[in-house]
Amino acid sequence: MTSWPVLSVTTFLPLLGAILIMLLRAEDDSVKRNARWIALWTTVITFAVSLVMVWRFDPGSPEFQFVEKQPWLAGTISYHVGVDGISLPFVILTTALMPLCIVASWKPIQRRVKEYMIAFLVLETMMVGTFAALDVVVFYLFFEGGLIPMFLIIGVWGGPRRVYASFKFFLYTLLGSVLMLLAIMAMYGNAGTTDIPTLLEHDFPRSLQTWAWLAFFASFAVKMPMWPVHTWLPDAHVEAPTAGSVILAAILLKMGGYGFLRFSIPMFPDASEFFAPMVFVLSVVAIVYTSLVALMQEDVKKLIAYSSVAHMGFVTMGIFTGNTQGVAGSVFQMISHGIVSGALFLCVGVIYDRMHTREIAAYGGLVNRMPVYATIFMIFTLANVGLPGTSGFIGEFLTLMGAFRVNTWVAFFASFGIILSACYALWLYRKVVFGALEKPSLAAIRDVEPREIAIFAPLIVLTIWFGVYPKPVIDMSAASVTALVQSYQEAIRTAAARDGASEAAAATAAKIAASKTAAALGH
Amino acid sequence: MYQAIVFLPLLGFLIAAAIAVVGARSLHPGGYPSPDEDHHADPHGHGAPTPHGSHAAVAVSHDEHSHGAHGAHAHDDHHAAEPAAPGSRAAEVVTTVLLFVSMALSWIAFARVGFGGAEVREAIAPWILSGDLKVEWALRVDSLTSVMLVVVTTVSALVHLYSIGYMADDPDRPRFFGYLSLFTFAMLMLVTADNLVQLFFGWEGVGLASYLLIGFWYKKPSACAAAIKAFVVNRVGDFGFMLGIFAVFVMTQAVDFDTVFAQAPSLVGKTIHFLSWDLDALTVICLLLFMGAMGKSAQFLLHTWLPDAMEGPTPVSALIHAATMVTAGVFMVARLSPLFELAPVALAVVTFIGATTALFAATIGLVQNDIKRIVAYSTCSQLGYMFVAMGVGAYSVGMYHLFTHAFFKALLFLGSGSVIVAMHHEQDIRMMGGLRRKIPFTYFMMLVGTLALTGFPLTAGYFSKDAIIESAFASEHAGHNPMALYAFVCTVAAAALTSFYSWRLVFKTFHGEPHDRHHYDKAHESPLAMLIPLGVLAAGSILAGLPFKNAFAGEGVKEFFRNSLVVGDILEEMHHVPATVVYLPTVMMVGGFLVAWLFYIKAPSIPRALARGLKPIYLFLLNKWYFDELYDAIFVRPAMWLGRTLWKQGDGAVIDGLGPDGISARVIDVTRNVVRLQTGYLYHYAFAMLIGVSALVTWFMIWGAR
Repeated sequence: MTSWPVLSVTTFLPLLGAILIMLLRAEDDSVKRNARWIALWTTVITFAVSLVMVWRFDPGSPEFQFVEKQPWLAGTISYHVGVDGISLPFVILTTALMPLCIVASWKPIQRRVKEYMIAFLVLETMMVGTFAALDVVVFYLFFEGGLIPMFLIIGVWGGPRRVYASFKFFLYTLLGSVLMLLAIMAMYGNAGTTDIPTLLEHDFPRSLQTWAWLAFFASFAVKMPMWPVHTWLPDAHVEAPTAGSVILAAILLKMGGYGFLRFSIPMFPDASEFFAPMVFVLSVVAIVYTSLVALMQEDVKKLIAYSSVAHMGFVTMGIFTGNTQGVAGSVFQMISHGIVSGALFLCVGVIYDRMHTREIAAYGGLVNRMPVYATIFMIFTLANVGLPGTSGFIGEFLTLMGAFRVNTWVAFFASFGIILSACYALWLYRKVVFGALEKPSLAAIRDVEPREIAIFAPLIVLTIWFGVYPKPVIDMSAASVTALVQSYQEAIRTAAARDGASEAAAATAAKIAASKTAAALGH
Repeated sequence: MYQAIVFLPLLGFLIAAAIAVVGARSLHPGGYPSPDEDHHADPHGHGAPTPHGSHAAVAVSHDEHSHGAHGAHAHDDHHAAEPAAPGSRAAEVVTTVLLFVSMALSWIAFARVGFGGAEVREAIAPWILSGDLKVEWALRVDSLTSVMLVVVTTVSALVHLYSIGYMADDPDRPRFFGYLSLFTFAMLMLVTADNLVQLFFGWEGVGLASYLLIGFWYKKPSACAAAIKAFVVNRVGDFGFMLGIFAVFVMTQAVDFDTVFAQAPSLVGKTIHFLSWDLDALTVICLLLFMGAMGKSAQFLLHTWLPDAMEGPTPVSALIHAATMVTAGVFMVARLSPLFELAPVALAVVTFIGATTALFAATIGLVQNDIKRIVAYSTCSQLGYMFVAMGVGAYSVGMYHLFTHAFFKALLFLGSGSVIVAMHHEQDIRMMGGLRRKIPFTYFMMLVGTLALTGFPLTAGYFSKDAIIESAFASEHAGHNPMALYAFVCTVAAAALTSFYSWRLVFKTFHGEPHDRHHYDKAHESPLAMLIPLGVLAAGSILAGLPFKNAFAGEGVKEFFRNSLVVGDILEEMHHVPATVVYLPTVMMVGGFLVAWLFYIKAPSIPRALARGLKPIYLFLLNKWYFDELYDAIFVRPAMWLGRTLWKQGDGAVIDGLGPDGISARVIDVTRNVVRLQTGYLYHYAFAMLIGVSALVTWFMIWGAR
């Protein structure tokens, strides 16, 4: 056990920074400067603290680590936090991206800087808390609490249609959350606790599993977002400020996938197995449908937003394969997508800050005046396409392999995603970067400045490093993933055996379970 | 040593890329236009290219004045639009020298591994380890790989050298040489792969380099379009390749070659549940993997990208789209021959596709007018030959043709490049003619290449191509392969067509009267950096034949290749084909030559009359069997229509319409109506109350009383 509560420090340090900024008075240039510096230092220190966890983390153990537990409300709800191999990568991703977001907002945000930085720091606390929470109520508070700062970031610092977008975002996600709250109450009613480790051991009756699964699904599917509840995402991305888009794509979307891995699969294994075909269908539709839609976009950010939905389709598909490659691939895909799509939105931010338009047709031939930018954008475009050697490949490859073991139709259709992603990503790149520079408005555009290079450099390193040597990420989550897959397969087996004893349809069910188990040899 | 062969080009790429980026940075400083800065930046931006002329000149004189001088000397008649990037000369020299080192080591490896039998497998690092999936970075060098090492590094080194001359006017040379080296690295990773996933890495890596190099002149819209087309069509093939890898893994729980091949015999007769059917596992695996090969090697149905790829600079066409990358599919089948050998249905498909491509591409080559496209279709056709060899089980013979083809096809492309430079970037052979007087060395080199391509006795192509035709016949004779007769007929017919279009190219380009006086008068022989590679490749086009015949298609195959590919009985049967079959290709070659001579030297009116008389056929061939139009109609347009419909109708009307927008609209409707109810008149409220009370009473009377 650690001598000091490193996880809580990581979670609440940003909040401390937010309070410091709040203490600043007035709204002149020095306050703006101070707010930025405080935010930057806070996030950098938070990142450094979170690295301590990487250092001390034992990847060989599937148990929760850095656990802290304090009684809190009514004797049952406690402040209980801890991380395992599935949540730690997300915590690190969050803390790593925050300083970059602050730097990315350095110049573009000139209005209400203080409030902006406060919103981001509060958001960081909420996000880290979501991934660290080991009590359903604490999880719910952080999960929902994250909505508020994001709602404000889009609604206050967003583009022209920001109010429509922020309300759409808020209502969509809130609707899902309300159902999740009901499910949490039902779970408490059945198990008598809100403690996640205890709930993970609890055997929920099948009828409750079905309804609770659907309720959680409503919430996480909106967050992911899965087809057909994805339409808030393009609007939210288009209107959000650059850093807001980065956080939205890189981290907030991952909460849905994390939720599936933390709740749906281990707590409701029977229901997960029952609904898996539905998830596969929705995932495949998401991959093909949104890729086709991305092909026709006229707005840079919207195109990348749709490509995000398609990539998240690989994640949901991988999670519900219930085998090692599928689940490990999903975790990897989420981390990789966090880096790559975040970087892509930053790429859009670079040209948006210069030209104040996101219309694809307004660009063209940027390579002639922005060669370094063209290089950076190319690297992330290729990672988005899933080129081997970039991190984008590993996740797609593993999730598809996991899917192929379970159902070849799913893998077959999902693989169309690798063709279509090449189409839309390269088409976008060609329209924006290649060609002759003919538009007079672009004649004076200038290449990325050192501040922007400093943002992209670590992301490029990570993209290629994890593409060539993904071991650090895969190993960090391996033990937890293996434990998750094993308990899932175990639960399905026992459920099938139970059915076999009581029902006449025993033979078929057992056969299904056996084939599923055989398909998931990966431990 | 093997690591040096593979990673020296990567080092070259990194150095050249660094030079390119730093150089570009020095010409285009970064900046951030805040409102007042915008103003300041304005005088900078009058007409993008001109203003940094001054910057660039400064940069060049700083870094590379020696190079600036060279550029001005060698091509005083060509006015470069932009000055060369700083560090051009350094990038050229570094990448080229590293490639030559790599080449020298490769020949040593060839001798050691191929003839010495010292096979190696060097593990480098773990790559993807997840559950029972274990993928490692490793170099596997056996005889098959050593052949590819030699082909790749030799052609690449010569192309690097050639490019120093060919690209001398180009302002972006560091980038160009970086891409060339990147390609070479990816190709070497491909051929040294120890497992299917690393093979896929190299596979997509060469696809990337091909994309970057085809689109090298990014200002040309046609180049950008061709680059994307190449990448996407290859991805269609890779779609099958990926599924094939998954199928292999599901059946064998492994992706590394040794384990998979060891298990292959036990897979015979097993089925795999693929999509909704239980199919023969090995057939499914091989056909899926072959789909990847079809994409990369531009085989029939997935060939459309290769002719368009000629938008790239000519050295690229020689290296990537003739000698190396497009042969990756052939290499893959050879590498996986232990699997293919056990899947007769898949082999029949390989034979069919190969034979069809050989003939089909040759027919298109007959009527094309772009010098590079003729050679490109010829490449396509020759790749078909190689697949025929693979399909009938004569893997080493296919590799033999791959080996010889690399030399003479690279020679033809580089020769074409020399012609193009001489003609000031004119590529239409109708505008040429009589050039043999102006560029005799290039002419002579092109003759050697043409002789080798058409299979003139004792040239390299003669041995390898005839061996393929003989193997097809032998296979038919032995009854191994239902497609063998078809393949035999196609390849023999294609031999005649090859001879015809090759000589047509030579006659129209180098003989007769010049059609464009202006360009003809200015035509000049290329610089030495371009002529040396031509000479070396010409030597290779002759010497790659007979000395290697024994190792590839003779008695020594088993001894040379050992276990790196399957050596079947077909090689024995090949030696017993009738003499007529042996002479048939030569007869065809002479026939094609004579017809070409008749058409383009003796009686030039005949082809014109023919084109008029058989206009539908002529147009059909000229438009490449209308494949581009067909694909546009059945894939591209429907996809775009679907994308737009799903976006506007699916997302817009249905999901948003029934979802958030619809609900919010209904809520507004409801509130509007509710507001209207609040009239403020007492009797309205009283009336509503009365109705409510009566409804309640009714309810209780009917249901409540029970």
